Amino acid sequence: MIDPYFQLILLRCGVAAIMAVSLNLINGFTGQFSLGHAGFMAIGAYVSAAVSVFLAPHAGEFVTQVWFLIALLSGGIAAGLMGLLVGLPTLRLRGDYLAIATLGFAVIIRVVILNLDVVGGARGMTDIPELSNGYWIFGTLAITVWIINNLVYSIKGYALTAISEDEIATASIGISTTKYKVMAFVVGAFFAGIGGGLYAHLESYLNTNSFTFLRSFEFVAMVVLGGMGSITGSIVAAFILTILPEALRGFDQYRMIIYSLMLIVLMLTRPTGIFGRRELWRWNRGKT
Amino acid sequence: MTLLSIRNLHVHYGAIHAIKGISLDVNEGEIVTLIGSNGAGKTTLLRTISGLLRPSQGTIEYNDDGLKPLHRMKSHEIVRCGVVQSPEGRMIFNTLTVEENLLLGAYSQKDAAKIQESREMVFTLFPRLKERRRQVGGTLSGGEQQMLAIGRALMARPKLLLLDEPSLGIAPALVQQIFTTLRQINKRGVTILLVEQDAYLALETANRGYVLETGKIVNEGAAKELIANPAVQQAYLGMA
Ligand SMILES: Nc1ncnc2c1ncn2[C@@H]1O[C@H](COP(=O)(O)OP(=O)(O)OP(=O)(O)O)[C@@H](O)[C@H]1O
Ligand SMILES: [Mg+2]
Repeated sequence: MIDPYFQLILLRCGVAAIMAVSLNLINGFTGQFSLGHAGFMAIGAYVSAAVSVFLAPHAGEFVTQVWFLIALLSGGIAAGLMGLLVGLPTLRLRGDYLAIATLGFAVIIRVVILNLDVVGGARGMTDIPELSNGYWIFGTLAITVWIINNLVYSIKGYALTAISEDEIATASIGISTTKYKVMAFVVGAFFAGIGGGLYAHLESYLNTNSFTFLRSFEFVAMVVLGGMGSITGSIVAAFILTILPEALRGFDQYRMIIYSLMLIVLMLTRPTGIFGRRELWRWNRGKT
Repeated sequence: MTLLSIRNLHVHYGAIHAIKGISLDVNEGEIVTLIGSNGAGKTTLLRTISGLLRPSQGTIEYNDDGLKPLHRMKSHEIVRCGVVQSPEGRMIFNTLTVEENLLLGAYSQKDAAKIQESREMVFTLFPRLKERRRQVGGTLSGGEQQMLAIGRALMARPKLLLLDEPSLGIAPALVQQIFTTLRQINKRGVTILLVEQDAYLALETANRGYVLETGKIVNEGAAKELIANPAVQQAYLGMA
């Protein structure tokens, strides 16, 4: 079998890919700018962990797996509802308001969790069952990709791309831009919540330090590096940006500098990201 | 019959008073043009009709299937009423193909057979778009992009088509071709409100015209009369 350390890194790549693909729906395909993905991830992580720890019965293997699904969905729905709450008032406004609002939202979520003693507060939450395995994580990734792919590459879904290009032109053909922006935001938040749930049951320990602004920024970096509007790109970038810091562990304190420099060089040489707006499975589109 | 009736319309951008009490009518079956120099308020007026901007005062009424107060309606509701705009600057979707741009234009339409019919009509009017239907919008030439912008608006099956500067940045030969097509579209029963920098071309094409100056209508009448009007000739037709 694969070395357990390497296996853990792979699983983390899978979770990161779910986060990046779901953020791409908001920031890439729809052209909004959310900095709150770590906040939605935190909601999903804590809600699903709470369901597993406090509600799930101690019964056989099958029941455990079913309850894991319930836990994940609870986390996703909680994050999605929060997305609706944050998105509805802010998405009507100009783009920059969303960035500020989501940034503030993620900070508030952290502070609230820090003060919630039931989930461990500042000490963190421990003993979450380690239920996230390759099947769950990569199965969820496959479903996420499938749903988001069908969403963005359908005629109605092109409304999202249209919004990212020009809101006035989109409105001029009779599309309610607010409706679509809110929809993309809620779906993105939902999958971020699911990703958070998988994360919680992978690490078995949660601490609010895992959900700071830096974490949101990491996901933004994945989306930008892979290509705004490329699902393929988000997956590839999630793997690169998760493995790279590990691979650079030998360089210790220079690690983050090398990591940042590589990012800068890549963005300078390929500003549209690795894949631009391409997908592996629709490579020749738009060529005549 | 009066299709569109605007009364005492005022539009502000913050403190900037861009439209200062405009009243105008568009009758069914007409081509009406709105001419005026840069910054006169033409785009502002069209955007207000489309519900992309809110007037600070005045009414915009659309009379088709009952009287509809467009000034109080949302842009997507206005498109559903049959008032569709092809915006200034060829705002087509660059990363979507010609075909996808057109299908998205039919967003407000539910009937698949009608969508197919509109698509065929657009391809008949603009054969070039048919040839290029799998190409992404961003790689089309300027003229082709303009055809796509008009075609996309037609996909919503407008009764009243609002066109904001369809000749902008296009070679004269192609401009002639586009205007010929506009007359064909009009003959098919689409009423047109046309904003155009090239006043001569606009007045040649239209039945009636309005001259806009810094947010006010300063002249109006039959297109032929406006072409012959010395004040209009001097200001907009480059004649002394
Ligand atoms: N978003 C905006 N904010 C503030 N002022 C604006 C805005 N858009 C337009 N204006 C102002 O409103 C006035 C009318 O502009 P508008 O775009 O309607 O002119 P136009 O007649 O379409 O000109 P052009 O022929 O150059 O397209 C101008 O003085 C312009 O500067
Ligand atoms: Mg204009």
